[in-house]
Amino acid sequence: MDDQHNPRTVPAYSATFTPAVMAEIRRAAATGIYDIRGGGAKRRVPHFDDLVMLGASMSRYPLEGYRERCDTNVTLGTRFAKRPVELAIPITIAGMSFGALSAQAKEALGRGASAAGTSTTTGDGGMTPEERGQSKTLVYQYLPSRYGMTPDDLRKADAIEVVVGQGAKPGGGGMLLGQKISPRVAEMRDLPEGIDQRSACRHPDWTGPDDLEIKILELREITGWEKPIYVKVGGARPYFDTTLAVKAGADVVVLDGMQGGTAATQEVFIEHVGQPTLACIPEAVRALQDQGLHRAVQLVVSGGIRTGADVAKALALGADAVSIGTAAMVALGDNDPKWEEEYRQMGTTAGAYDDWQEGRDPAGISTQDPALAARLDPVEGGRRLRNYLKVLTLECQTLARACGKSHVLHLEPEDLAALTLEAAAMAKVPLAGTDWWPGKPGTGG
Amino acid sequence: MQRFDLQAEGLRALNAALQAQADQTNETAWEVTNPRGAHAIAAGLDAPIAVTVQGSAGYYCAGMNQQATVHVDGNAGPGVAENMMSGTVIVEGDASQYAGASGHGGLLVVRGNASSRCGISMKGIDIVVQGNVGHMSAFMAQKGALVVCGDAGDALGDSIYEARLYVRGSVKSLGADCVEKEMRAEHHAQLAELLRRAGIDADPGQFRRYGSARRLYHFDIDNAY
Repeated sequence: MDDQHNPRTVPAYSATFTPAVMAEIRRAAATGIYDIRGGGAKRRVPHFDDLVMLGASMSRYPLEGYRERCDTNVTLGTRFAKRPVELAIPITIAGMSFGALSAQAKEALGRGASAAGTSTTTGDGGMTPEERGQSKTLVYQYLPSRYGMTPDDLRKADAIEVVVGQGAKPGGGGMLLGQKISPRVAEMRDLPEGIDQRSACRHPDWTGPDDLEIKILELREITGWEKPIYVKVGGARPYFDTTLAVKAGADVVVLDGMQGGTAATQEVFIEHVGQPTLACIPEAVRALQDQGLHRAVQLVVSGGIRTGADVAKALALGADAVSIGTAAMVALGDNDPKWEEEYRQMGTTAGAYDDWQEGRDPAGISTQDPALAARLDPVEGGRRLRNYLKVLTLECQTLARACGKSHVLHLEPEDLAALTLEAAAMAKVPLAGTDWWPGKPGTGG
Repeated sequence: MQRFDLQAEGLRALNAALQAQADQTNETAWEVTNPRGAHAIAAGLDAPIAVTVQGSAGYYCAGMNQQATVHVDGNAGPGVAENMMSGTVIVEGDASQYAGASGHGGLLVVRGNASSRCGISMKGIDIVVQGNVGHMSAFMAQKGALVVCGDAGDALGDSIYEARLYVRGSVKSLGADCVEKEMRAEHHAQLAELLRRAGIDADPGQFRRYGSARRLYHFDIDNAY
């Protein structure tokens, strides 16, 4: 038999050196620079989908869907602030900067959040009048870069969020590449136009939790002790980070897991630093409980919240509210297939577009290009976001009622079971069909 | 002159009284006694008043100052005049770390030495230090001027943007992308004016200027670290 007719080995891709991995090696070899992109971790990690809610049955009594009361309001900042933040729903809009996002997108976020009765959040680069004007409740981020940070804006805010880290890049600073440093963005940040801008990874005037305690004192003194002070941490060491944030005087801890997005950072950072949101929540709750402050210091969780089920599960694990960023952008129109032709011209496809740093977003959201930004109607965007927030809330209420809860904050770990060993271990709820999870106290393992 | 005993009346009462002063206030002169290193003294002021702190202050004295003149007749802890927008802050003694951090405007004068990270992330503030500054001063400095009449420590002006640095003495080392630059007439004039405003008798001709080489403004293979 000649060679031509011999059975041949089927070509096999390496599980280690996949085509994507090899393409990245070639790209790195050709360019000499790491990959920068937006968004959060794309790899599969244990998540809320790995949990199910148990609902009521013989041993629990459900509430009637759409009829019986199931409240959704939440109050944030009850510990020290004279004026805590009152929200109609336990879903807030996460900090995203003007600069990373267009002014139209920021306005749309404000409109949608206000219509839904919740807060939106500034980002690196300061507060814009459009955002303040359209946001009934606005949280002002106090960031390491201090771009655009003024005491006047601090006083205009309804709450102050001291950003220590974020889930996409715990330990890393921000990036905003030159394409997005428009004259307005440059002026707000006191930077030259068109440069590739770095944001510091550490605050310039404090270095640890003891310093932060004094920084928070200063912020309270400057704002008359009125505004809640949030401390936002990336999902790195959630037990200790939460403990220290509380010790420093936080009214609210915002915890962002590794699926949480960013406008731009190194791919290696996004995928390899930080812990999944699911793993972070129980540790943060334990830290609050150990200090006797669970529910007294509120916990806001972000990083991969997409559905009302995610909201309900996060609350059941002990969060007081959740925050959304990527999902809010998608609600506004990010990655919409209607822009497929333009995505393809950029070498990507709808649903995978993540080069937000390039400022070429066809949906007009992650851009400073006036023509692209004009594609997003802030009023329509606001309506879409309000609708989406409404659906998240209704879904969360549906699940809470099924579990017999008259308030979504009454959900508890007992309402959950895990579908995988990993999720059981991280969430510290029983593996489905058992009363056990890895590491459960008293079980020897 | 309004006198305020900080130990007797407390920080909140002091700052509330100072912050309540309007642009047209007649109570323009304030004296704070017994500061004993308290934090956030005279933070968040926004009126053309003059506050003298009789002793040393802790962290963030005159933080985020607008319009006011705050005079510390002693030493100042970390972050004095941090994020100042306008006005003047004068420290008669030494200043700890991060003096004038991220300040957007106004003038900070330190008659003694300033520690590390003086002028970090500065965004338009002018800082004049009669003595020395510590390491990493003017890190990521964006705008404004830092004048050092003595010596500067390691890594001066690391990752600097468009701020101008003037140093009379030695510079232990320059940080990434910070280089010595020519002193032209405009720089002599700016420096002379800053020294005059700070009340320091020094010859601008003895200073050297440092600033950004602008090689880190765009990410490429040579600066992607």
